[in-house]
Amino acid sequence: MAIPLAYNLRNLTERKTTTIMTALGIALTVAVLLSVAALAEGLRTSLAATGHPLNLLVMRKGATAELNSLMTRQQFQTIKSKSGIVRGKDGEPLASLEVVTVIVLESHDNVDMYITVRGITPAGWEIRDGVRVMEGRRFQPGRREAVVGKGIVKRYPAARLGGKLNFGRGDWDVVGVLDAGMSASNGEVFVDLNQLASDQRRDEALSSVLLRVNDEVALQALKNDLTTDRRFTLDAVTEKGYYENQTSAGAPLVAIGGLASLFMAVGSSFAAMNTMYAAVARRSAEIGTLRVLGFSRSSILASFLIESVLLSLLGGIIGCLLVLPLNNLATGIGSFVTFSEITFNFAVTPVIMSAGIAFALLLGSMGGLFPAASAARKQILTALRSV
Amino acid sequence: MSMILRNSLRNRLRSVLTILSFAASLCLMGLLAALANAMFLREATPEQALRLIVRNRVSLANPIQRSYQDKIRQVPGVKEVIIFQWFGGTYKDSGDPKNIFARFAVQPLGLFTVYPEYRIPEDQRKAFQQERTACIVGRKTAERHGMKIGDRMTLVGDIFPVTLELTVRGIFDSPRDNESLYFHYDYLNEGLKEARDIVSTFVILGESAEAMATIPKAVDNTFRNAPLQTKTETERAFELSFLGFLGNVKVFMGVIFGAVTFAILLVSANTMAISVRERIREVGILKTLGFTRGSIMGMILGESAVISLIGGGIGLGLAHLICAALRQQPSTFFNMQDIVIPPLLGLACLAIAATIGVASSAAPAWSASRKPIVEALRFTD
Repeated sequence: MAIPLAYNLRNLTERKTTTIMTALGIALTVAVLLSVAALAEGLRTSLAATGHPLNLLVMRKGATAELNSLMTRQQFQTIKSKSGIVRGKDGEPLASLEVVTVIVLESHDNVDMYITVRGITPAGWEIRDGVRVMEGRRFQPGRREAVVGKGIVKRYPAARLGGKLNFGRGDWDVVGVLDAGMSASNGEVFVDLNQLASDQRRDEALSSVLLRVNDEVALQALKNDLTTDRRFTLDAVTEKGYYENQTSAGAPLVAIGGLASLFMAVGSSFAAMNTMYAAVARRSAEIGTLRVLGFSRSSILASFLIESVLLSLLGGIIGCLLVLPLNNLATGIGSFVTFSEITFNFAVTPVIMSAGIAFALLLGSMGGLFPAASAARKQILTALRSV
Repeated sequence: MSMILRNSLRNRLRSVLTILSFAASLCLMGLLAALANAMFLREATPEQALRLIVRNRVSLANPIQRSYQDKIRQVPGVKEVIIFQWFGGTYKDSGDPKNIFARFAVQPLGLFTVYPEYRIPEDQRKAFQQERTACIVGRKTAERHGMKIGDRMTLVGDIFPVTLELTVRGIFDSPRDNESLYFHYDYLNEGLKEARDIVSTFVILGESAEAMATIPKAVDNTFRNAPLQTKTETERAFELSFLGFLGNVKVFMGVIFGAVTFAILLVSANTMAISVRERIREVGILKTLGFTRGSIMGMILGESAVISLIGGGIGLGLAHLICAALRQQPSTFFNMQDIVIPPLLGLACLAIAATIGVASSAAPAWSASRKPIVEALRFTD
């Protein structure tokens, strides 16, 4: 027969300070783990949400990023003439020639951060159908105007609507803020292709081509065609694949955080063990009484284990509550691939929270197992006799 | 005193658990301290203090022109300036972390003037400087890959669309950087079809500490009206700005440090509360025997301090061992040689541990010592 759950609940509420302190210890461990997981998850969803599955990104062979790629206007015309490319609104193949560079912005805590600036043409807007201007308007071709991702505006005061960005050969007026959903474009600045190219003195040395194909079959065919065409040394990757590859940017932070939560887990499971041993020792006589009343050893084991698990459940829930304010908080991380910052939001998802609670329960059951076993092993008589 | 030790041994299991829990936390604190040391706290070395890095004002990803070198050389206080171009590229399979080490295209003639800490046999130095396709590697990298003098190697470029065939002509030692590979900038430049004669960084060696204060402004002013403006900063400042790239690591580590400190405070307070409570009757007996309140408080506080110090010591020792193991790993964003727990920070961590131990037992110790004898003797938890 099982010992009623109410018995454990009463015991936990009886010693409030001990219960709360142990639970808080577990909560902190869970909170560290969860904040790292939320960071990794936010980065992953942001990068996974970037790019259309039928978009191909064409760069110079060997280039690891658009930044160190090279594309001439002549190459662009040849690429555009290939078959399998969707027609745009103007009836032309939907392909966007782009130039990409990196600038430095000073964030409000005075840390220089590198931001990607992308020069595009109307085709560049059309191919990014997930991107819309949420405030202000698009830049006008031929003008030194910029549209700034919403992820940047939150973090860099200089980049607000109506402000000015200083890079290249002078100031650029911020005329719009763009909302790219979850995608990494939220961390970029869009300007006119020709303006940026002449500003950077690279009218013929542009960066990359983004194009939309008809279907999966055309995607593979064009990819092979471009990669093997000997006239120019180019490489084509899917836009999605390109961004998913950058998830590794979060690795250093995730490594530090993961290590920290591992050590803290060891520490707090010992603490939970301590608490439970004390509970067992204090209730020796009670355990004896329970045995006399006919409860079996296994039900005593189960009861103490449940108590420990309840304790850690409490800790897990507090831990989740602690990291909840992080949800949707904007942050950024440097990527050595694009040499610029990827801005994204922390994502405290239900999956992550349940993983945190599961982690807490694991800590609790590891911490409770030995004390519960020692409670179950007690001899009735010695247990009863102890005060 | 012997009472304190005996008491800590009394409930051995609990003491061991508390010590282990302290050890885990302090080990983490020690590792964080070592990491912070490697990244942010480390002071510039004497050689570093005389070096400046020149780069494009906009960012490291934007290049400047090779022709800047001659103009920089004319700036007063500049003793030597060399091209120092990050090459990157892949050596064998880049999936294996062993194959990731820094590779730079430099001007071999000035390299050893600007980096006087690089030690290399005279004949190897000459051989490297005379042969266009020669390269030198740091001792650590050479040993890791079993490279010998005369070995050939291939580097496939990523930023630069070239494939380089290099011959190892020397192996150098240095107190800090033993992993990089250096080859001739001219060899790289000749292989490029477009985007020639561009450079991402120059390294300046200053004549004296005084010159270091004036050179950066003088250099940046020289190119103020040029199409590509420059930013000149000390080598150490350059390293720090590079780390800013990883995201806000400083805040992140600070938060973890705070969480760990708070967590051990909880653990310790909890344990001491339990252990004092168990012993209230004993306190009554001690009092009847004539022990004063003060000595009872001292005993309990002492016990807690002993436990936290033992745990802390074990933890820091462990962290120290882990650091030693990490120093054998290839460097990434910072030099692995710098993963050392600074003695002062280590002591500070221990002090934090002891303070937490004592502070957390203060409240239960106080209430136990205040309890009237009769009540204490009657106390049955």
